[in-house]
Amino acid sequence: MECPVDLSALTLFSPISRTASSSPPFSDNNDLIRAVPWYKTVASLNLWDPSSLDAVLISSPWALLGLPFLTRKPGFSKSTMIYATEPTVRLGRLMMEELVSMHMEYVRYYGSDKKSGLPDWMNWTELERLQMEWKKIVLGEEKEELNGWMPLYSAGDIKDCIDKIQPLRLGEEACFNGILVIKALSSGLEIGSCNWSIKSPKGSLVYLSSSVFGSAHAMEFDYLPLRGQDIVIFSDFSSLSSMDSDEEITNQCVLRYFIFSLPFLFYNSWVEKNGESEDQSVQKLTGADEIEDEAEKIHFILSCIVDSVKEGGSVLIPSGRYGVIFTLLEHICDFLGSLNIKVPIYIISEATQEILSLTNSLPEWLCKQRQEKLFSGEVLFRHVELIKEGKVTVYPFLYSSDLLEKWKEPCIVISPHWSLRLGSAVQLLRRWHADPKSLLILEEGVHAELALMPFKPVKMKVLQCSFLSGIQMKKVNPLFETLLPKLILLPESLRSRCPIKESELYKIFYYSKNVTTHIPSLKEKLEAYLANDLASQLQPTIFPEKNIAAARLKGKLLLRKGVYFLDLPDKPLNMSIKPSLHWGNVDPTSLLQVLNEKKIDGSILHYENSDFCVRVTKPAEGLIEVKSNKIMISCEDEICSALICEALKSICNRI
Amino acid sequence: MAIECLILGAGQEVGKSCVVAKIGGKQIMFDCGMHMGYSDHRAFPDFSLISPSDISCVVITHFHLDHIGALPYFTEVCGYNGPIYMTYPTKALAPLMLKDYHKIMVDKRGLEEQYSCEHILQCMDKVIPIDIKQTIQVDKDLQIRAYYAGHVIGAAMIYAQAGEETMVYTGDYNMTPDRHLGAAQIDRLQLDLLITESTYATTIRDSKYSREREFLKAVHTCVAAGGKVLIPTFALGRAQRDNSSFFEGLTLQANMYYKMLIGWTSQKIKESYTVRNPFDFKHVCPFERSMINAPGPCILFATPGMLGGGFSLEVFKQWAPSDKNLIALPGYCIAGTVGHKLMSGKPTRVDLEDTQIDVKCQIHQLAFSPHTDSKGIMDLVEFLSPKHVILVHGEKPKMASLKQRIESELGIPCQYPANHETALIPTTKDPKIVASKTFIKNCTSEFNGDERIAEGILIMEKGQNAKFVSEEEFLETIGIEGNAVNAVTFTQCLSLPNKIVSLETEDMILALEKELKKSIKFRKFEISKDCIKLDSITIRICSNNKSCNFGKDEDAEEMAMHLCCSWSIRDDEMARICLSVVKNMESTV
Ligand SMILES: [Zn+2]
Ligand SMILES: [Zn+2]
Ligand SMILES: [Zn+2]
Repeated sequence: MECPVDLSALTLFSPISRTASSSPPFSDNNDLIRAVPWYKTVASLNLWDPSSLDAVLISSPWALLGLPFLTRKPGFSKSTMIYATEPTVRLGRLMMEELVSMHMEYVRYYGSDKKSGLPDWMNWTELERLQMEWKKIVLGEEKEELNGWMPLYSAGDIKDCIDKIQPLRLGEEACFNGILVIKALSSGLEIGSCNWSIKSPKGSLVYLSSSVFGSAHAMEFDYLPLRGQDIVIFSDFSSLSSMDSDEEITNQCVLRYFIFSLPFLFYNSWVEKNGESEDQSVQKLTGADEIEDEAEKIHFILSCIVDSVKEGGSVLIPSGRYGVIFTLLEHICDFLGSLNIKVPIYIISEATQEILSLTNSLPEWLCKQRQEKLFSGEVLFRHVELIKEGKVTVYPFLYSSDLLEKWKEPCIVISPHWSLRLGSAVQLLRRWHADPKSLLILEEGVHAELALMPFKPVKMKVLQCSFLSGIQMKKVNPLFETLLPKLILLPESLRSRCPIKESELYKIFYYSKNVTTHIPSLKEKLEAYLANDLASQLQPTIFPEKNIAAARLKGKLLLRKGVYFLDLPDKPLNMSIKPSLHWGNVDPTSLLQVLNEKKIDGSILHYENSDFCVRVTKPAEGLIEVKSNKIMISCEDEICSALICEALKSICNRI
Repeated sequence: MAIECLILGAGQEVGKSCVVAKIGGKQIMFDCGMHMGYSDHRAFPDFSLISPSDISCVVITHFHLDHIGALPYFTEVCGYNGPIYMTYPTKALAPLMLKDYHKIMVDKRGLEEQYSCEHILQCMDKVIPIDIKQTIQVDKDLQIRAYYAGHVIGAAMIYAQAGEETMVYTGDYNMTPDRHLGAAQIDRLQLDLLITESTYATTIRDSKYSREREFLKAVHTCVAAGGKVLIPTFALGRAQRDNSSFFEGLTLQANMYYKMLIGWTSQKIKESYTVRNPFDFKHVCPFERSMINAPGPCILFATPGMLGGGFSLEVFKQWAPSDKNLIALPGYCIAGTVGHKLMSGKPTRVDLEDTQIDVKCQIHQLAFSPHTDSKGIMDLVEFLSPKHVILVHGEKPKMASLKQRIESELGIPCQYPANHETALIPTTKDPKIVASKTFIKNCTSEFNGDERIAEGILIMEKGQNAKFVSEEEFLETIGIEGNAVNAVTFTQCLSLPNKIVSLETEDMILALEKELKKSIKFRKFEISKDCIKLDSITIRICSNNKSCNFGKDEDAEEMAMHLCCSWSIRDDEMARICLSVVKNMESTV
């Protein structure tokens, strides 16, 4: 589950300047690593055998960024299924391609890594020289994360990786091996980001990623279909990072991954809920307040932008959240328009052109208000019109000759984020960092101190704002009350920080990094369907004393879309059906009677409690010993022993 | 159990598609179309045959009027207010079709309106848009899913499951991809019923691309000679590629929709899209009425497709009398339209309500009508292998011959009910059973080829799901007391066959196994150094067994080495086979 890259770790690398030869390099007072960056992904990626993975689920474009590290590993099996939503795949691909292309700037600057093996900065003496805080970023708390560093993948790796993904549409049921039915449901965070519902005959599971109830761009958090499943894995760390900016936590929120093994999914039942309480909790879970909150934030941002622009300063908005940015863009244009301020707005990014048109062609993944635009014949995002009207211009590079010609300040620039180490943000920060009139808008969660280190002294205004990026803490309990799973898995780090109400309705387990959590199996009965053709062949015996009927049944066991199915075998079975099972009471009188019927002479030898012994004399010598739990027959004559056998069978129940 | 299908329209005809299926206790209305050939009450399905409040949901397959034309009437006039589902493109484009139609019928031809423009908007507001392959839980027991149908943008085939019963209603579909849209695509589903369109029940199309080239050549020749080309179209986005084309307003607007709905076109377009949107036409401009008689060549796409009225008919009246001009007709035209008249031989004159028109222009019938041909229908039926087939949306004689083929070639019962008939499709329900987890797990042990075989005992109790259990679990259920006769053990001793008497013990066992395997195939014997086993059957080489009677009578001090056999009663038959094999070893030296 998930395969992200810790982009905050990129801040360790010193940015480079394209104009390095003519102008002095970045201030030397930073000790950032001067080398072609490596990228930090899940440390234990190296520890497991990739061929043992059955399936990989990716919930957002960001969680896709590290996937080529996994798929390019030699042991990665062709049969491993990778699932992601269509927009995730397409946006993720564009982002990775942009990353690779911008990474080339480093390669051009430092020359390509010719020697194999670890780069110089990674040897211990170099690492020891790093500041404590940075060392922690490189190595992790327990120094186990050095393994997570890898050289960047190539464009070819991206293509191979993308080809392996099976893109899913909204709510599409993908069937893995007949065992699992996997379904992506929108999480509301961004276009294409999703939560997962996984159902197997043995139980069902929900993987809850960062989810947003009310979004101004992406389709809302679709939580109703997630109700009544067995297990909910809560993997939304957004509330953690906003509550506490502890280093460890922020790290965890970037690097999230889970490995499930199939036996993990063990039990199942459908919880019927009473309608009233359901309605109440549903009300608590609407996103109206969130949309309002966001609108307020946006309004504040707008006023800051206008202030800067009025003073003649420029505004830089580096961001990786396209939906948020495109919505913000609409607001900026409206706001500036209403104030009659004319400021050029540039979007500078290689991938943007494609992302812009892509976002405008995914109506299925947008929020209701934007879908309405489709139905009333308007464009989904107004950036289409804004670009046409010339209010916003898009350039792939800062140094496009086109742009250099038209460049005017003050201006508003939207650029990709990449921890302020790659792309146009770097050049623009160099240009504006000392200008107190200019404004930098950063998302919360970014380690601003570290990110801005190479641009010191920073005199420009920095606005750090938190866009809604997950489930608000106050909505967690109502959400669980609505979803009503049997069991909830929460991150260990959440235990102390926020009280999740224990409930009679569900159990709570905590999981932590690199530790396998074992989930108890509660379900003993599985459901199956019996093919009519097979059912019609049954020959039931009635057991009146138990008021039941029973029949021997033998058939082909199939798994169809996560449901067991018993069908007639395609080929006739090699063996006949198993011999019958016999049981019943044997008392001396009835035994002698049936022996007589078979013309066997015998007499009772001794009789104690209910145990007795019968000596058979004709047609041959033999002995029948009957004890409370067994009967033993010894007889050297086949014909005689066969007759005894028939006699016994005739007084027993059988099936 | 049965699925009941009331055919409200498109029964043995093309037009006003509408089927109400009672399935698993639910009623689903598939399509709610109008008949373009009529302007009286016959244009709509007869909704008096149903009660709108009984319908669980309405699903519309695509935006063509013969599939959606009566929907505003059904919701706003008849008062249906349950859920309505259609795909995103259909929801986006259907109002354009409906409003356009409304304009023609009411504003231009002055017919009495069945529903107002306001109704169209109110109706469309209630529509719930769905995505391809998205599984929609309409209610607890009813789910529907749309599959890509290829016919026009947003066209869908609908899968419905209610309780244990399943069916697919295809709407119009196309099994071969074209330049703009992909081919219909569906999963291999277990179906009780398939309702399929059968427009081209007996036609087999030749290669589409050669027909297309032929058409483009005709267009070029005509334009080069200064003629005008009229392409009446209703399949939005189809045939819209050529230099110097003109669009009527509707189609231009529809093009903008295409950009947003690019995800619904063919894979090829989708992939090339990010570089260049194929729906940005260079030489396209909106057409104004004044341009009809402007000199010089041009190509005009105009609706409706069958020259049933509206703008395309208006242009036709102007352009038909000149032999320089070219009129293209879609592959299928409904009876009653001018298109239909032109198709039946080449008339020199067409009677319209008020006037007569001399037809001197060339007429080219387009082959790329987006319906599947008979091969496509047969392929789909074979692929899905439903238990029953119903044909709709076709002409009676052709449907009869297709029914013949489906029944004889595929062995699937098939019918083609007329309008207002109800088809009763019997269904059988596979009973639901429960099984213990451990039991299912243990079923892996036995394989038959690559099949996984489960064997056990099914316990049936009134009012409960049958339980599939192992023997042990069964005995527990039944609460067996006293002597379980399975614990009945037979013992018998045999002398060693001479053939093996001189061998080492271990070799004796191997020799016995070899011999037994000749008669008893497909079974695995367990062997140890002095013993061979099959289920409860044990044959042991014994020389010193006090409990054993062998040789006792002979008063032997030293017991002779022999074979001690024992087995439980359930394996009695097999045991006797084994014994006779051992006994016969002497004679088969
Ligand atoms: Zn159609
Ligand atoms: Zn049709
Ligand atoms: Zn013996």
